[in-house]
Amino acid sequence: MTLPEYNFAYLDEQTKRMIRRAILKGIAIPGYQVPFASREMPMPYGWGTGGVQVTAAILGPDDVLKVIDQGADDTTNAVSIRAFFAKTANVATTTKTADATVIQTRHRIPEAPLSAGQVIVYQVPIPEPLRFLEPRETETRVMHGLEEYGLIHVKLYEDIAQHGHIATTYAYPVKVEDRYVMDPSPIPKFDNPKMNGSPALQLFGAGREKRIYALPPFTNVVSLDFEDHPFEVQKFKQPCALCNATGVYLDEVVTDDRGGRMYVCSDTDHCETRREEGHHGAGLPISGAQTAKEDAA
Amino acid sequence: MSTPNETRLDSAFTRHVFEGGFADPVMDSQAVFRRVMNALAEPGTIADLAGFVSPPAPLLQATAAILLTLADYDTPVWFEKPENNDDAIGWMSFHTGAPRTADVSRASFAVLEKASPVEAWAKFPIGTSDYPDRSATLILPVASLVGGEPLKLTGPGIETQTMITPVGLPEGFVAAMAENRAAYPLGLDVLLVCGGEAIGLPRTTRIEEA
Repeated sequence: MTLPEYNFAYLDEQTKRMIRRAILKGIAIPGYQVPFASREMPMPYGWGTGGVQVTAAILGPDDVLKVIDQGADDTTNAVSIRAFFAKTANVATTTKTADATVIQTRHRIPEAPLSAGQVIVYQVPIPEPLRFLEPRETETRVMHGLEEYGLIHVKLYEDIAQHGHIATTYAYPVKVEDRYVMDPSPIPKFDNPKMNGSPALQLFGAGREKRIYALPPFTNVVSLDFEDHPFEVQKFKQPCALCNATGVYLDEVVTDDRGGRMYVCSDTDHCETRREEGHHGAGLPISGAQTAKEDAA
Repeated sequence: MSTPNETRLDSAFTRHVFEGGFADPVMDSQAVFRRVMNALAEPGTIADLAGFVSPPAPLLQATAAILLTLADYDTPVWFEKPENNDDAIGWMSFHTGAPRTADVSRASFAVLEKASPVEAWAKFPIGTSDYPDRSATLILPVASLVGGEPLKLTGPGIETQTMITPVGLPEGFVAAMAENRAAYPLGLDVLLVCGGEAIGLPRTTRIEEA
């Protein structure tokens, strides 16, 4: 018998136990960042080492794994992480949101509603929502401990003072169960409402920053705002050019060097499913002349 | 692997601490972890942890499976009645390498007895305001997880409310858990166990007599 070159799902068992304990404490304290002894992974920091470690700690042989990067199943990050677990854990993989038991994501929540029993694992670059306001970890710890979140409201207020509206569009801070302010990872704020009361378990891993946090199903997640400047999500003027979907998050794709562009679903699985169902969008890119006219209008 | 019955018979003659661990440590600990994770993520649901291990008495299958999955040299384990648990402590030490601590304030996991006096729980670590995660997880055996007086659970992980009906909770348990909830985000996390089953009650769960 030849010995395997690595353990199931790559990580050794002691590392998995340590991560598993962090996940359980994270679930018990929703939104609180649990420190963990993040390992070197065979990929650079910034490629989702936190999410990969969380996924490796929970993944079992019966799981079906989906990995998305900005909504897409077919970008480098998603393809390589999916291949990593297909190789090291021999798990089934899918691109269908509904078929997956574990979804690792970089910066999107799928358009199709998640269901009970699913686990979504977010890759998180900077888990601390107060970090750019207060660089010292010792201070942000105390601020979370004392529930001292005035600074982050000042930041949102400064947005309003400068731009007339809250200009934060991604990694939009949320308050969890009326206690911890949490960074939802750099998802567009469009996705923030999907976190609230989701029937799926949501886990967050930040590898470089060595933090794990969690939202159990049906957790109260509120995007920070003001009474006179309520939280709003992005709206798009046109439907998806490929599948005609509205009410979804769209990516702008530049199609030529004369300002031509098209808007397509960021969630590739959602878009493909709709096209299989027979939905068709306008297809053609919007020409540069037309967008210039629209911008001028 | 021996069946639970054989293990019980053998332990009458030998200090049976070496057998009865996970047959497949990697896959079994993963399976148990996912069930425990779901139990804590969805308080009130009953996790089936039976059949993974055959621990020496009086260690329950559920307690033993939880310890083998989560305990190691980083996590001191406190036993409420170490004098009754020689075999259990030896078994746990052999299979996990976790130290048994007599110092309640250092406990990561606490293996309690049935009807454990809740007044004594105040000594367990509940974390600090900077690090509320540095708190103990209590493993509390009860006579049964179903069939008793209903308790209403609300909080994260529960859509509206859910009922549990455990039998044989310690006296003052509901009041103690209300106090625990009031200290949030500090607090203890509790796993009710009976035989090979467990219910998770994280510190966020509000428990009321229905």
